[in-house]
Amino acid sequence: MGFILNMEQMDTFLDSLKEKYLIFAPKRFINGGNFSDTDCIRYDLINTADEIEFDEKSKYSFKEAIMPISQTLFYFTESITTTPEMSNKKILIFLRNCDLHAVDSLDKIYLVNGFPDHYYKKLRNATEFVVMGCDKPFENCFCVSMDTNKSEDYSLSIDKDIDKYKITSKEDSFTKVFQDMKVEESDVKPKFVLSNDITVNIPTDLDNTVSKSKMWDEYDTRCIACGRCNFVCPTCTCFTMQDIFYSENGKVGERRRIWASCMVDGYTNIAGGHQFRVNKGQRMRFKIMHKVLNFRKTFGKNMCVGCGRCDDSCPEYISFSNAINKLDSAMKEVATHE
Amino acid sequence: MNRYIPFVSEILDIIKHTEIEYTFRMAYDGEVSPGQFFEVSIPKFGEAPISVSGIGPGYIDLTIRKVGKVTNEIFEHYIGQNLKLRGPYGNGFYLEEFQNKELFIIAGGTGLSPVKGVVDYFAQNPDQAKSIKLIVGFRGPDDILFKKDMESWAKTVDVTLTLDNDPTGQYKTGFVTQYIPNLEFKNKDEVATIVVGPPMMMKFAIGELLKLGLKEEQIWMSYERRMCCGLGKCGHCRINDEYVCLSGPVYNYVDAKNLVD
Repeated sequence: MGFILNMEQMDTFLDSLKEKYLIFAPKRFINGGNFSDTDCIRYDLINTADEIEFDEKSKYSFKEAIMPISQTLFYFTESITTTPEMSNKKILIFLRNCDLHAVDSLDKIYLVNGFPDHYYKKLRNATEFVVMGCDKPFENCFCVSMDTNKSEDYSLSIDKDIDKYKITSKEDSFTKVFQDMKVEESDVKPKFVLSNDITVNIPTDLDNTVSKSKMWDEYDTRCIACGRCNFVCPTCTCFTMQDIFYSENGKVGERRRIWASCMVDGYTNIAGGHQFRVNKGQRMRFKIMHKVLNFRKTFGKNMCVGCGRCDDSCPEYISFSNAINKLDSAMKEVATHE
Repeated sequence: MNRYIPFVSEILDIIKHTEIEYTFRMAYDGEVSPGQFFEVSIPKFGEAPISVSGIGPGYIDLTIRKVGKVTNEIFEHYIGQNLKLRGPYGNGFYLEEFQNKELFIIAGGTGLSPVKGVVDYFAQNPDQAKSIKLIVGFRGPDDILFKKDMESWAKTVDVTLTLDNDPTGQYKTGFVTQYIPNLEFKNKDEVATIVVGPPMMMKFAIGELLKLGLKEEQIWMSYERRMCCGLGKCGHCRINDEYVCLSGPVYNYVDAKNLVD
């Protein structure tokens, strides 16, 4: 069912949800960027529709709404542990088509691999999605190649058309709100892109022997192991445990999990000091092969959704899509050596 | 069910092997196999994955080397005190794979811990294997683990203990790999081998075993990797499409040979 809302109606709609929902959307933080006079677009709770940034890609993904950067697993006092109280509010997330496919990648790790994760499951079960259409591809995007340019599994779709919001609803409770508000009904088609400037080709014969290729060597020196690519990625799920204790009483504290990066030093370190991927090129290979092969071997779909945020944020201008496009010749190179 | 919350386990006994390697005998009633591991969880200090080095009625043994923040704190604990544990995790060794086989176990240093439950089992049930041989190597005389166990194993297990360096002249010397070319098999098809130790030691030991004409599927190994969760979530232990905490740490070489860290 399609609806056309003006600004005022859109705010009324959001207001009607606030009692039940935490509403996350990409928001512009003026002068919040890494360089002076640059903005940062990242996720935050929103109050009004005009806070939602429609015109640019968010630098960070939606994932922090359901996979917090730092999440307390439990508090400890001597021998007693207590789990934190979690909000009973539902969560509504505004995101792009590619991002909704990324949710499925997160689900695979947190709900399917091994046992379902207690904390993720609670937040995820409370979450509904609003897909923001793209009427043109953004820089570095390659969603069409990854088959993530269109999605179906959302509650609402929304497209901004100057001062109007064009919405489709698949969720009865939302449809009812629109009907009660008597907003204009219309035949709305969610927007999505049909082509990107960048295309990628994942070789059909790709396997892990490609680790022997020389293609990885350039990243040994180019990559500075900052981990930005992992932190902006909507599908990276790794974390590290972190215990902290309070200075007032050293016996009281909490165990948290915090986002981790397979590109950053220490990721593979084991007791005694051994580490498994010293060279940054091999870390790059580990990451790329997970995104376009190893995840797929287990779950039947690629982990990478082609959002291009890793390319947007790399301080060394390393391109993930370029690296994928080198895999074909790398496979040929490896084959000739064997 | 929230699998991140550890349970409390009492330290029943502490066996000191070296200055920095103790076995903590922990109260535990439940299913567990040799080669599986627990996360020893000390709030305020963190968690460390430790493999089960022995299994008995009402207890498990965890052999721990004092090399980091968590293990340093574990060593501040005494008999009668409690530690916190999560687990067991991983697949462990399936004893059926080794029954009625000529079993050869090659272990380097603390690599003996994860496989020790297998040695214990067949040492106590020698009729369940055709023969059992253990080749185990340590750095020097002060680094030897499970000395008493080795003495009792010697009744039913052919034990070769070798040291990298031995100023005392009491022990055999040389790497474990040196002893592999001289292994004798009665029937090559009935041989099963387990190799556990540092990455380089495993690589060369497996090379020697293959040179003897053993098939890849006759070789088993156990991996040591960084693990924060043990639940297939944190990602640190992943190699290719394998989460070592879920599908490992024990792998057959047929699968392990394709794993690229």
